[in-house]
Amino acid sequence: MPSAPLRRISQTQLFTFTFYLFTIIFPMNKILIIIRREFLTKVSKKSFIILTVLMPFIFAALIFVPLALAGIKDSDQKQVGVVDKTGLYTDVLQSDAQYAFILLPDTTAELRADDSPMEAVVYISDTLATNPRALTIYSNKEVSAELLSLVQSRLTERVRSDKLSSYNVSGLERIIDDVQAEVSGNTVKWAADGSEKSSNTGIAIGAGFLFTFLIYMFVMAYGAMVMQSVLEEKTGRIVELMVSSVKPFQLMMGKIIGIALVGFVQLIIWGVMLAVIITACVFIFGPSAAPADVAAIHGTGAAAVQAAVQAASQGGAQEALEALTGLPFAEMGVMFVLYFVGGYLLYASFFAAVGASVSQQEDASQFTMPVILLMVFGLYAAMYSIENTNGPLAFWASMFPLTSPIVMMVRIPFGVPLWEEALSLALLFATSLATVWLGAKIYRVGILMYGKKPSLKELVKWMRYK
Amino acid sequence: MPDIFLSAHEVRKRFAEHTALDGVSIDVPRGRIFGLLGPNGAGKTTLIRIINRITAPDSGTVTFDGRPFEPADVQRIGYLPEERGLYKKMKVGEQAVYLAQLKGLSRGEATRRLKEWFERFGIASWWNKKLEELSKGMQQKVQFIVTVLHRPELLIFDEPFSGFDPVNAEQLKREILRLRDEGHTVIFSTHNMGSVEEICDEMALINHGRVVLRGNVGEVKRRFCTGDYEVVAAADTLREGSENYEILDKTPLPEGVRYLVRKPAALTSSAFVTALAAEAELRRFAEQLPSMHEIFLKTVGEGNN
Repeated sequence: MPSAPLRRISQTQLFTFTFYLFTIIFPMNKILIIIRREFLTKVSKKSFIILTVLMPFIFAALIFVPLALAGIKDSDQKQVGVVDKTGLYTDVLQSDAQYAFILLPDTTAELRADDSPMEAVVYISDTLATNPRALTIYSNKEVSAELLSLVQSRLTERVRSDKLSSYNVSGLERIIDDVQAEVSGNTVKWAADGSEKSSNTGIAIGAGFLFTFLIYMFVMAYGAMVMQSVLEEKTGRIVELMVSSVKPFQLMMGKIIGIALVGFVQLIIWGVMLAVIITACVFIFGPSAAPADVAAIHGTGAAAVQAAVQAASQGGAQEALEALTGLPFAEMGVMFVLYFVGGYLLYASFFAAVGASVSQQEDASQFTMPVILLMVFGLYAAMYSIENTNGPLAFWASMFPLTSPIVMMVRIPFGVPLWEEALSLALLFATSLATVWLGAKIYRVGILMYGKKPSLKELVKWMRYK
Repeated sequence: MPDIFLSAHEVRKRFAEHTALDGVSIDVPRGRIFGLLGPNGAGKTTLIRIINRITAPDSGTVTFDGRPFEPADVQRIGYLPEERGLYKKMKVGEQAVYLAQLKGLSRGEATRRLKEWFERFGIASWWNKKLEELSKGMQQKVQFIVTVLHRPELLIFDEPFSGFDPVNAEQLKREILRLRDEGHTVIFSTHNMGSVEEICDEMALINHGRVVLRGNVGEVKRRFCTGDYEVVAAADTLREGSENYEILDKTPLPEGVRYLVRKPAALTSSAFVTALAAEAELRRFAEQLPSMHEIFLKTVGEGNN
């Protein structure tokens, strides 16, 4: 008996609940449908599939092919003539697999000829200990850097030992070696809890720059894709049909989110493929190629990464690993996602508004150019900020919302005060939401306007339309 | 008092340079085809966009099915814009399902109904073709199907016949009439007056953002009738100079004589017919109604002067 009223209550509740759920989900549902289409059409495009699959191979090839080529030595032994007027250095230049050094009495005219048997002629005119500039290398081709450095280093060594023995101090050589012991510093970061973490500037730079570059690339490439997609609907005259079914805001957000998902999928595929390919390459080429794979993962080719690689190889794998684990990974991960989302929203909604305002691709550059320049500025600011991650350039560029997603990522591995991060993020998200809001207003009017491209004044007017 | 499905009351819309709608009111009866007529730039498309909630009016109200217009009501409208366009690179079936989903149909339901329509239009084999592989007329058929698929109570067709060949236009006309008979209310916007006479029940003529003529199509035509009649008699027995009629034109036909006669204003219609029947053996007797085309030109022409 008591079950009857109970059931009635629960039914009413269920009904109310379903109703609320319905009103909440229903507009969302349309965005989901739009996201789904946007995502599926982009992902199933041939060009997307090809690019996604090929890119990691191209990337790996860019790293490993030069490495492999450099590994191949010239198999021919080349003849190099040596003319030693002093007679002091005849035993210094010993032939090896690559160069056969042949002593000659003097340079002759036939050595100058194009068909000379000698690759080059090393000419020593005076005692090098007193006159270091008395060495000349002649050739009728450009002298290879390899030969030059070989000759220079062998002779420098000889001159050094000659000079040392001229002091007549026994065991001097050993003393010098002893004195020259290099100091190699480890950098250790103190954490607030008193623990110590091994840090490595090079690796911090590399990691920061990797994230910066990812955000820059992603926002640029996928922002442009949003614009493309908006323009396609506009020029295809599909948009009037669309806005009779969905709100322009839903259409715009559906596009922005859908394309972001395309980007995520591409990034994940690239990450996995690169990891597999590099592992395979390291396996094939042997561990000598290993340092390069760090560069490959960081993928920027920038000097900063080079520094990281060097640091990693010099410091030894153990220390590098320790330094890597010493980085604030959790913080970097969270910040990366936040800046990524904020930056992408900001630029994508801007690009969507531009796409909606113009009727053809060519007209878009007037609006996009200044913004793209700002982004490029952001990238440069990030590069220079590496030198001084707490300097005024780094500070202001990581506060300014249009550059902060790019610049802040470089600074985070070096430690940024929490209030700076919070302020920068607050500014970024406030600006992003404002851009989404204004962008949606322009978008709503723009997508139905054809003809001449609007002036800035007209765009402002559109924002005020009901 | 007819059952009004949709009405716009004193709708105004200004754009920066011009007034698109200057206090337009229309009443669209339920289950009828309503012709929204007017020259280019009269404000038809702006009014249609307001009805579709694409733009908002500066002032004025829209009543939908007896209550104020709500955002959710767009689900109950099917709109065929004048600017046709679909995703060129998308497969026909796939995008039709997508557009139907945006109108609130489930995937399964949309697919089922689409298959039905594609069969009826004889285009079932196009399902997996990309839209760009289709001819323009075929694309229009797809777009028409997409418009009506979710069985909206109100259908809005903006220049539906443009781009159709006569055969397909005829098929489309039949479909529109069938939809009306099934109980759909149709707003039909055009500047092609011929089609109005054939399919519209009610009409409103808009010029310079104002309604200049409205009413039942038959009534409007009667309002513009000149009192001229076409009469076919078995033999040439009508004479000139009668006080009961005035002969304007006379042409011999194989089966008799065709007259164009004017009824004197003082005479009632029945007295007029009686007078004619007394003098001739009538084979045909019909009031000469002006075509919508003439009415259109007359009204719009006056408005412009």
